[in-house]
Amino acid sequence: MIAPSKPAGTAFPHRHLLGIEGLSRIEIEALLDLSESAIALSRQVEKKRAVLRGRTQINLFFEASTRTQSSFELAGKRLGADVMNMSVNSSSVKKGETLIDTAQTLNAMRPDILVVRHHAAGAVALLARQVGCSVVNAGDGAHEHPTQALLDALTIRRNKGDITGLVVAICGDILHSRVARSNILLLAALGAEVRVVAPSTLLPAGIDRMGVTVFRSMREGLAGADIVMMLRLQRERMDGSFVPSVREYFHYFGLDEEKLAYAKPDALVMHPGPMNRGVEITPAVADGPRSLIGEQVEMGVAVRMAVLEALAGNLPNA
Amino acid sequence: MTDPRPQPSPPLVVSGARIVDPSRGLDAVGSVVVLDGRIAAAGPQALNQGAPEGAEVVDGRDLVVMPGLVDMRVFVGEPGHEHRETLASASHAAAVGGITTIVVMPDTDPAIDDPALVDFILRRARDTAIVRVHAMAALTKGLAGRETTEFGLLQEAGAVAFTDGRRAVASARVMRRALTYARDFGALVVHHAEDPELVGAGVMNEGETASRLGLSGSPREAEIIMLERDLRLVQLTGGRYHAAQVSCAESVSVLRAAKARGLDVTAGVAATHLTLNELDIGAYRTFFKLSPPLRSEDDRRAMVEAVADGIVDIVVSSHDPQDVETKRHPFADAADGAIGLETLLAAGLRLVHAGDLGLSRLVEAMSTAPARRLRLEAGTLAPGAPADLAIVDIGAPWIVREADIVSRAKNTPYEGARFQGRVVRTVVAGRTVHTYAHG
Repeated sequence: MIAPSKPAGTAFPHRHLLGIEGLSRIEIEALLDLSESAIALSRQVEKKRAVLRGRTQINLFFEASTRTQSSFELAGKRLGADVMNMSVNSSSVKKGETLIDTAQTLNAMRPDILVVRHHAAGAVALLARQVGCSVVNAGDGAHEHPTQALLDALTIRRNKGDITGLVVAICGDILHSRVARSNILLLAALGAEVRVVAPSTLLPAGIDRMGVTVFRSMREGLAGADIVMMLRLQRERMDGSFVPSVREYFHYFGLDEEKLAYAKPDALVMHPGPMNRGVEITPAVADGPRSLIGEQVEMGVAVRMAVLEALAGNLPNA
Repeated sequence: MTDPRPQPSPPLVVSGARIVDPSRGLDAVGSVVVLDGRIAAAGPQALNQGAPEGAEVVDGRDLVVMPGLVDMRVFVGEPGHEHRETLASASHAAAVGGITTIVVMPDTDPAIDDPALVDFILRRARDTAIVRVHAMAALTKGLAGRETTEFGLLQEAGAVAFTDGRRAVASARVMRRALTYARDFGALVVHHAEDPELVGAGVMNEGETASRLGLSGSPREAEIIMLERDLRLVQLTGGRYHAAQVSCAESVSVLRAAKARGLDVTAGVAATHLTLNELDIGAYRTFFKLSPPLRSEDDRRAMVEAVADGIVDIVVSSHDPQDVETKRHPFADAADGAIGLETLLAAGLRLVHAGDLGLSRLVEAMSTAPARRLRLEAGTLAPGAPADLAIVDIGAPWIVREADIVSRAKNTPYEGARFQGRVVRTVVAGRTVHTYAHG
């Protein structure tokens, strides 16, 4: 799902970042390496670079997101871009009608980079076909969320060294999760052993053919795991539609210290946020010494700086 | 029924063609003689009396003459959505595809659930269409799935069957009553067998492909369970039933068992489901978003075999014109449906050329069988029958291009597809309504 624009040889030869699917291991690692220098920059007093000076970045969010949107905003600003945030309340508009219309309107304003989140799978790719600028997928339905997977990989790499051979257990609402899909693709590309752990009602059909091992119990799924990655379970899915109740879900799949003990002694805990404390994870684990959740947020800005920088290298007149 | 052009037509002779007439088990080189809008003779000895005086004689070498196709699942936008398709524009698209009879669905705005509306359709067709047009009426008022319509009065007004079109009747009680009451009128109930509850938010076939795309899946069981329910109700009521479109391998065994029990049951499949599968959706291509959804390659192959076996009786286009405002959306938000009148025969011929289906069986499934099921005077080249025929160069290669599409809507899943087999002339009631200059 990557539109090639430059011949091979460039570290990141793509015009858009629409998903992890289609990225090679070399391209992923190049982005992670680029992120390392962004971390260093972000920890200085002077955080500004001029890579995107004069460029316009529009964050177009059809679905509310504080974390991802502010992360992309900071990343753009640190690279010197003019950043505009647009939140389109999708309940107030007539479905995708505005998607194409908004795309064409924004395109006429000549932005250089569009960062897009939409509730429908494939919507960002559809939009990318309508515009002349670079497009970054900030989450499309239950399809992909590539920068989340990249920041997760960066976080893992900085704490565990090489990702190859690590056992990563992704737990919770796999069915509705774009984070899970992008992580499955990326971690597999980097040679990790990926497991998914969830009740069967929260597993997509055919998941066993996507290069993962499927578990229905935390005890088995977490045994020997290096990384335990928890996913958010949305409130409206706990009322009997997918799981019968919060307490039953927490009892079997909520990550507490007891369940974490099934994993390796040095296993680390991740969560893409926002968390439901007491539903999929206890505060003690989320805020405990083995939690990487705070670090994930920092890595989020760095990875998005790296992605924007990589795409900037392929913009016209770059 | 409407006869689009009541004035007399000149005699027509097609000589030395391959005549395929499944209604008489005929597949032989011969001639067709048309007099006064009817078939005078068709077969090896048809020219024994010589050509009638003043006849137009068509050299049929390398051509196939078949009864004009009868497409029993066509959605139009008239009344209510004329910008998508009118009866006139649909009839022109049909003529291009060798279809001489279209049966239009009641999913219009308003829905065809009143005798006056059946009358409106038939009058509009008589005044504007160039092929024969029949109408199915709504099975339930407003297509709401609750109260049955006036089967008797609607039938008297000309409705040839009863269906809620794209919609399924979720209530088993309503379906039971409809089948029971329809029996008193000998009326055929046509159903989109897909359990809406199980479909839920599903927008494509459930499975690995949907999961990878992050799209909600619709399980095969939505079709299988609804079909099984319907067939139990047919057994209970003794009704006449036709499953509008099936798509899954297992539906074939369900149908086979029902037929073995002697139920008055038939089924259709869309040409799309015989030639495409879920992988064709690719990068969220909404022209491949159909209902029922495109299934796996195994399902597609099972559908082809079922047509060859006759377990699935009828092949339809399920022509469903949609435009930019309903299709240019993210996949999940886009409308279902694809146009198909112009590509129906060509898609079917793809199976014939591949050796999966005999030509005679294809013509039966696209012409003779639907005509018989709906008790229409069509689907045959028997002497005395209306002269509705398609003359086809079954080897002629062509490529589907949007610019060539006659239908008002352009939502074809076959854009850029290479086909072999082109209708060179379509004749309705002895009058030529379409010609394609080839060579």
